[in-house]
Amino acid sequence: MRIVQLPVSVREIIRPLGRMVIFVVGAGALFSAVMILLALIFTGSPADKMLIENQEIGLLAYTISILPQVLIDGVTLGFVYAAIALGYTMVYGVLEFINFAHSEIFAIGAFAGVEFLLFMDRLGILAGASILFAYVLLIMAVLAGMMASGTAAVIVERTAYRPLRSAPRIVPLISAIGVSFILQDLIRLVESLTSGQFHRIFPSFGNFDDRVPLFSFATKQGPIDVDIQVKSIIVIVAAVIMLVGLNYIVNATRIGKAIRAVAQDRNSASLMGVYVNGVIAFTFLLGGALGGAAGVLYALKFTRIDPFVGFFPGMKAFTAAVLGGIGNLTGALLGGIVLGMLESFAGAYLTTFTMGAMGSEYKDIIAFAILILILIFRPSGLLGEQVSQKA
Amino acid sequence: MGKRFITIVMVVMMLVLAVTVVSAQTKVIKIATQSPLSGGMSAVGTDIKNGAQLAIEQLSASLLKLGFKIELAPFDDQGNPDTGVANAKNIVADPSVLAIVGHYNSGVQIPASEEYHSAGLANISPANTNPKVTERNYLEISRICGRDDVQGAVGAQFAKSQGMKSAYVIHDKTAYGQGIAEYFKREAETLGIKVRGFAGTEEKANFDSILTPILASRPDVIYFGGMYDQAAVLFKQARQKGFKGMFLSDDGFDSSDATKIGGKVLLDGKGTYYSTVSGPAAAYPGTAKFIKDFKARFGSEPQPFAAQAYDSAALALLAIETAAKAAGGAVPTREAVAKAVRAIKAYKGITGTITFNGKGDLIKAKYFIIQLTSADPAQWSNNKIAKVLEIEPPK
Repeated sequence: MRIVQLPVSVREIIRPLGRMVIFVVGAGALFSAVMILLALIFTGSPADKMLIENQEIGLLAYTISILPQVLIDGVTLGFVYAAIALGYTMVYGVLEFINFAHSEIFAIGAFAGVEFLLFMDRLGILAGASILFAYVLLIMAVLAGMMASGTAAVIVERTAYRPLRSAPRIVPLISAIGVSFILQDLIRLVESLTSGQFHRIFPSFGNFDDRVPLFSFATKQGPIDVDIQVKSIIVIVAAVIMLVGLNYIVNATRIGKAIRAVAQDRNSASLMGVYVNGVIAFTFLLGGALGGAAGVLYALKFTRIDPFVGFFPGMKAFTAAVLGGIGNLTGALLGGIVLGMLESFAGAYLTTFTMGAMGSEYKDIIAFAILILILIFRPSGLLGEQVSQKA
Repeated sequence: MGKRFITIVMVVMMLVLAVTVVSAQTKVIKIATQSPLSGGMSAVGTDIKNGAQLAIEQLSASLLKLGFKIELAPFDDQGNPDTGVANAKNIVADPSVLAIVGHYNSGVQIPASEEYHSAGLANISPANTNPKVTERNYLEISRICGRDDVQGAVGAQFAKSQGMKSAYVIHDKTAYGQGIAEYFKREAETLGIKVRGFAGTEEKANFDSILTPILASRPDVIYFGGMYDQAAVLFKQARQKGFKGMFLSDDGFDSSDATKIGGKVLLDGKGTYYSTVSGPAAAYPGTAKFIKDFKARFGSEPQPFAAQAYDSAALALLAIETAAKAAGGAVPTREAVAKAVRAIKAYKGITGTITFNGKGDLIKAKYFIIQLTSADPAQWSNNKIAKVLEIEPPK
């Protein structure tokens, strides 16, 4: 029996939303279950006894009591990674090379947005802004970041990648790494010439720093409040809008069809009258703009940025893209969420479970070790098979 | 062609001659500085260089009379041990360098000073507090600030005096940060403060996953051993996640950038304090003129350790002068300068009276606990001094 066939446009909005819910709930449930299982196994171990001695709480109760907060942090981080990962995966899908300069495109967006807000602050507009106006300003900052990053990405493509398009694939890769260094120092140069500052701080305005209490539950030590910061909600909502929007553009519009055609076979697409250079430039514009928006959101969430801010999120997002199956938009989303959760779980529990022998700074090792395991068994990523027909 | 060649040769020879004549009259001696001039810690690092520069400009007149022109050779160690050691090799290779003022980070000073030691080059440190700096008993290495083993303990004693019953200790995994955190932890446990956790992190932006276990353990005070560029972010995010207790850190927190990053939430709850070996410039008698001169010369308030850098350079100048006089007006050897530094007794510097012990520590160093009182970075040097102690280094 066929249910009423929805028009393409509506389907392409509902489908990614459904996937997001499935990924978030699925990854959250899986990680929580594994963590509780680990806590049960470790009950009675020296780690358990040490926790009881120091904090008068058993390992299992402790694990469960901080679980909601860990999940919320993981989802937020996951969406940030997913938003950056989209830029990597789109360029890979079309050109089959890793645009390592994307992390600096992200940083440019962060700086453009923060500088815009700092400028507004100097004009005295931020201080007295009402809640509604604060959101308008934030949206303007995100747009400023998108414009700056989109433009930068297009310029980089035109100058550093297009002349090398017919060269072996390793050549544009090296060019990308070079561009990445140039952009880092360019940001540093511009900042030191204009503001003389290394760190830029996202100004505090509006109600972004407020915390929304979700629920609270009683433990022996007293009640534990679980809450989420307004800015985390903004990050998640914005990332969802970006993901849905991008999915819509790629799957339900004319230019999207052209992008998919170029991704499948550049020469044939060209013969069919697709303007390949234009489509590739548009892909960079889109990926860059998303990276720029992610940069502003990152600055909003973590407040402090510096010219090297792009490196780690960029690396992680690239990893997320590979984990999900690079070239695959849904894969970038899944990879981002899984990596965000992995990091959040490893970071929060590692110290306790290893009795301080491995601090939370080992979270990346755990996250990447699991990543290697996944890639050993699924070399093309979690959702890799969907792109296997791609040239 | 031939004529022109001869002309060029003549010009070159005359130039060489001119240079020799000039250098026969005034011999150039260089004092090098090493501090982070770029990157996240450049605010403090640049003022270490500027402090030394001011001292050379103001105090080298008597050396000029002896026929020595003192020049500053600033090096950027980027707060990075590899860069610091590479610079040290360059500094050591330049025979005109007779003293080095420097390093902001102990983690950089310790490996770099091995180079100074093997070359016999005097190093006066304005800011390196790790015990190992002087515990190696190198004749060349002296410092005019306190030590972490004392400073960490001072922090714990202060926490106890404020009625803190439990603490969570975080550090940045550097020689400096981890060292001081361990001294804090040891003293805290002796005093009966419960240490709920002890962890290191290199994270600079997202402290969510680190903060969850910290906040779950409900400590009265969060202690951070490390630098302000991490600590201020951690403190801000902890406050935003609802932590109401006290923040305590070390002299790595001592930079106006800390309030620029952390903002007014640092003042909420039980407030933010840090221990330091370098009080605000106003804490020292005799710094008033220095602050005025510094502002006139560089256009901004001196950052912490600028006054110490001034004193370090002043000591270097004095030692060079003594050694030069002893050498009968010739350029002194590096060894003579290094010995002259240690021989200085009761020198009245702007940060106090300076006499070194056999290891190169001050015979008595000052330790301060500072309370943040304003979220305005420009008011950093007006923060409240909560406590001042004068303590001898451990034997």
